[in-house]
Amino acid sequence: MGTHAPAHGGSQHADHPEPTTFWSKYVFSVDHKVIGKQYLGIGVFWAVAGGLMAYVFRWQLAWPETPVPAFGWVPEPYMYEGVVPPEFYNSLVTMHGTIMVFFAAMPILLGAFGNFVLPLQVGAPDMAFPRLNMLSVWTLGVASLVLLSSFFVEGGAAAHGWTGYAPLSADPIYTGVGLGGTLWLLALALEFVSFLMGGVNFLVTTINMRAPGLSFWRLPLFVWMEVTASVLFLLSVGPLVAAAVMLMLDRTIGTAFFLPDRGGDALLWQHLFWFFGHPEVYVIMLPGIGIVLEIMPVFSRKPIFGYRAIIWATIVAGALSFIVWAHHMFVSGIDARLATPFSITTILISVPFAVMVFAMIASLWGASITLTTPMLFALGMLAAFIVGGVTGIPLGTAATDIYLHDTYFVLAHFHYTLFPAAILGGLAGLYYWFPKMFGKQLDEGLGKLHFWLTFVSYNCIFIPLFTVGIAGHHRRIYNPYEYEFLKPFQPTHQFVTWAAVVLVLTQLILLVNVVRTLVAGKKATDNPWNANTLEWATASPPPHGNFPNGVPQVYRNPYEYSVPGAAEDWTPQTAPRNAA
Amino acid sequence: MLSWLPENVSTYGGDIDSLFAIIYYIVGVWFLAAEGLLLYFIVRYRRREGRPAVYVRGASLRQLSWVLVPAAIVLALDLFIDYKGHPVWARVKQDFPPDALRIGGTAKQFNWAFTYPGRDGELGTGDDFTMDNELHVPVDQNVHIAVESQDVIHSFFIPVIRVKQDVLPGRTTNVWFNARKTGRYELPCAELCGFGHYTMRGFLVVHSPEEYRQWIESRTPAA
Repeated sequence: MGTHAPAHGGSQHADHPEPTTFWSKYVFSVDHKVIGKQYLGIGVFWAVAGGLMAYVFRWQLAWPETPVPAFGWVPEPYMYEGVVPPEFYNSLVTMHGTIMVFFAAMPILLGAFGNFVLPLQVGAPDMAFPRLNMLSVWTLGVASLVLLSSFFVEGGAAAHGWTGYAPLSADPIYTGVGLGGTLWLLALALEFVSFLMGGVNFLVTTINMRAPGLSFWRLPLFVWMEVTASVLFLLSVGPLVAAAVMLMLDRTIGTAFFLPDRGGDALLWQHLFWFFGHPEVYVIMLPGIGIVLEIMPVFSRKPIFGYRAIIWATIVAGALSFIVWAHHMFVSGIDARLATPFSITTILISVPFAVMVFAMIASLWGASITLTTPMLFALGMLAAFIVGGVTGIPLGTAATDIYLHDTYFVLAHFHYTLFPAAILGGLAGLYYWFPKMFGKQLDEGLGKLHFWLTFVSYNCIFIPLFTVGIAGHHRRIYNPYEYEFLKPFQPTHQFVTWAAVVLVLTQLILLVNVVRTLVAGKKATDNPWNANTLEWATASPPPHGNFPNGVPQVYRNPYEYSVPGAAEDWTPQTAPRNAA
Repeated sequence: MLSWLPENVSTYGGDIDSLFAIIYYIVGVWFLAAEGLLLYFIVRYRRREGRPAVYVRGASLRQLSWVLVPAAIVLALDLFIDYKGHPVWARVKQDFPPDALRIGGTAKQFNWAFTYPGRDGELGTGDDFTMDNELHVPVDQNVHIAVESQDVIHSFFIPVIRVKQDVLPGRTTNVWFNARKTGRYELPCAELCGFGHYTMRGFLVVHSPEEYRQWIESRTPAA
């Protein structure tokens, strides 16, 4: 399986002795594989919590002011015998967004898969800074507790939208939420710190600790995506941290950064938030695409088409993401002359993403496709992302955005980008890397059932929301039927809610599959998928230090499948060039 | 999809709808082509015994042109869309008609209030009057609403006019439109403004010119 060279350019810090106690093995672990699973646990917990919140507010939209089944236990003043009041509705939509973006998508795509897979794919024994890594996941743990606690303080959790626009968010008097809003800010700040620390590890590990022969142009695309996401996050989060501090001061000690009646500015928050917010959505998008780019060649048995083109497109998209933010603010009151420049930069972003999408489709031409569960989720992600991409065009064009801004059209658009990345991509990654992470392979039959029910119900939720958005249905509305023009859409809302119920319940199939597999599943081989990248060149799961026979020597690109003249349809990165 | 748009009663609404239709048809073609090709490849290139995959990396410019040429077309269409879009944006948001009827507006948690010039036709004089939640305008007349919020950000939205403008505290934002059909139309607030956001529902009432004169006359406070 190739020669093994001595450790090269690696950091001494990455070598740590094998832990022996329960606490050092499973709780206070510095091992990236354990930390990845801890992130997975946090992310899945919050994805479930966020999904259940969506169920509750979707019920309210379908059958307003009726008791939500299974939620009668929520005490007053949050809910009243299962009925959602307007204040809690606003809290639910706020927290759903916050949770899904910061506590589910990022922990799963970056924290879990990034941590588990990246050191393996670069041939390293661990991340460059294992203790910093442990600190990062524990910081997220603390952030989670802070966020959770915000539900239980007087006034409840934040209710000003996940976007936190000031002045609504800058003075508790406007929402009735006091400490909860401040805890929201604290939880976010801690989450930012967690991912900054993680990002440092991703960058240093990738730059410094690649196995010999693993040049940048031989890195798996997943690594490129995680690294780009880390850079985007690093460079964009500063303004939001500043904004969060200012907002916290406004809320607590009487400053007025965002309060116009005492000299503050009503638009400043939006600029600071969205300057971060736009790169942030690519922080989530790119790793999701990265997972799909790993899975597709394995189950197509041919290389990804346009490896370098995809990397250049990623870098261009990342750079452009810093100059588009005001497309979230076209009608916010900014100078009208800014709209067309931002429309131009925004629409330009469609070009690199078009390159990526076309390259992925081209990767399937002439393929030999096996529709395993990871491949189904990966292709589903691509199909859904195409919808997200095309629906971005009328939103990024200022004139049409006049009408579409703050309607359900926007909501449907971003659920066709973020959901594919975080959930479809996340599930693709879970099914694909589960054998490597847990040493056992999930059941294919249950996996396929899970895929189809998830994919169909997901589309049944969000396609109708495009139509109500085009009809003018505005967002964050507790009871749409107060409006004559929205009364005809109650049947639509009810259909969507039923689809949401199916989506939530379908995840139980995954739970059953995971539990059964962990308890009684068959042991997985090192490389159940016959894949080329380095994580498959070691045991499932890898032992302490990842590569017990020494750091692998890399000779090849990551996607050398069906190489003409080769004995097998896969040629691992460690296969020597002149092997007989 | 386009049929879901509500009726348009403004002079510029048609421009917005036309632009949306242009975008819709352009992206619609790409959507069908991309999804269609994706689905076709998945079906056509299923694993078949004895037929290995084709080893093609897309590293040469010739191969990459399959991706780069469509991407260049996308770029051209993108710029075309922005070229068509700019005049529409400018018409709604930049080129305010100079001789519009002026009405004042405020927004607060949780209602709109509109101030009318009264019988003397001038805003800011003693015969002005204010109405909660009702914006009365004459048909076929340019109107200009200067709006300001008293507390948080709200958003002035009239679906049938196709206009939306966030209303800020601490500064005045401006909206203009010209309604071409009499009637009573809903005017929601389109920016989350607190627990009563969903109740913040105003009305645009479009009168014939004669009706409007009479309405102003009847509402103007006695001298």
